Amino acid sequence: MKISITVNGVVKALEIADENTPLLWVIRDTLNLKGTKFGCGKAACGACTLHVDGEAVRSCSYPVKFAEGKEVTTIEGLGDRENPHPVQQAWIDEIVPQCGYCQPGFMMATAALLNKVPTPTDEDIDKNIINVCRCGTYYRMRKAIHKAAELQADKVMNESKTL
Amino acid sequence: MRLKAIYIFSMFLLLGLIFVLANSPKFSGYEIVEKTKLQNQQGNEDFNKMMDVLTHQRCMNCHPSDHIPKQGDESHPHYFGMTRGEDDHGFEATTCNTCHQSENNMSSGVPGAPHWALAPASMAWEGLTRTEIAKRLLDKSMNGNRSHEDLIKHMTEDDLVLWAWEPGVDAEGEQRTLPPVSKEDFKIAVENWFANGAVIPSK
Ligand code: FES
Ligand code: FES
Repeated sequence: MKISITVNGVVKALEIADENTPLLWVIRDTLNLKGTKFGCGKAACGACTLHVDGEAVRSCSYPVKFAEGKEVTTIEGLGDRENPHPVQQAWIDEIVPQCGYCQPGFMMATAALLNKVPTPTDEDIDKNIINVCRCGTYYRMRKAIHKAAELQADKVMNESKTL
Repeated sequence: MRLKAIYIFSMFLLLGLIFVLANSPKFSGYEIVEKTKLQNQQGNEDFNKMMDVLTHQRCMNCHPSDHIPKQGDESHPHYFGMTRGEDDHGFEATTCNTCHQSENNMSSGVPGAPHWALAPASMAWEGLTRTEIAKRLLDKSMNGNRSHEDLIKHMTEDDLVLWAWEPGVDAEGEQRTLPPVSKEDFKIAVENWFANGAVIPSK
């Protein structure tokens, strides 16, 4: 099938043999964006989390056909070295990753959380950030999530000042 | 004179006989009693078939009484600490749709159907008897103000309800168990039960 998806702001017209191919494989193998990871393939670990129209989605369990005409954001599109997203900056500041494998999924889940709940409590974090980290970096992640909320609030404040 | 006495006696006898027979429940109500009994039996059968489905884990797992969706045939609490949330769709950024889409996913084993969500808290059935479930089902203050017609439509046409007969495979790739009554028989039982007045058996 022919499918059109906007990935990190760029429209991609793709020819997909099987419309039920997980979006994850299209992102990683067809578009060569390797930041999004495969962990379990059963929507259980969150390593493959990305955003579809701003909502966190586990792409290992999301047939590519459902992404037709939608905006997909991966960790590569969240921010870059020059302009890191507050979540990416907080992750750097708090030196969160250990092996790093699970981290893009956590960062995408956190970015989605901050869009909905700009200043999440520990309880909000417990409920919404339910990915799995085999290295057990949860403690640093929690600190980084609170830090990201502060950075995002500062960013919003600065942006409103310059308007 | 003697003839007259016999005549009067016979009349009394006849009237007495008519009186006795007219007041005999067996005689006067014979047909009606049997018919009602038959209808009740049929009604009970429809009710039981309907309830065999409603109390099956494919339905009950999403009608919890503790706001926690259940999974599997043994109805364990949904993994990852998922609960109802504010709007029956989980939490703000981790909703049902983070993992569940509008159809079953045959590769991951994640079930899906249109408007995947928990049944509202007022429709909590877990732990209730069949009679209590039926009362709750019919109670407009609890069922989203649904009339009998609305309920029939919901129970026989809604994609999420009918998902119970197409539940797909689980995370191990095993087919999920189906309700003990076929979809067709369930629909007929629901329609009949409502058509016969939606009578809830006393026991
Ligand atoms: S790889 Fe998708 S949730 Fe684990
Ligand atoms: S940092 Fe290694 S799995 Fe999370």
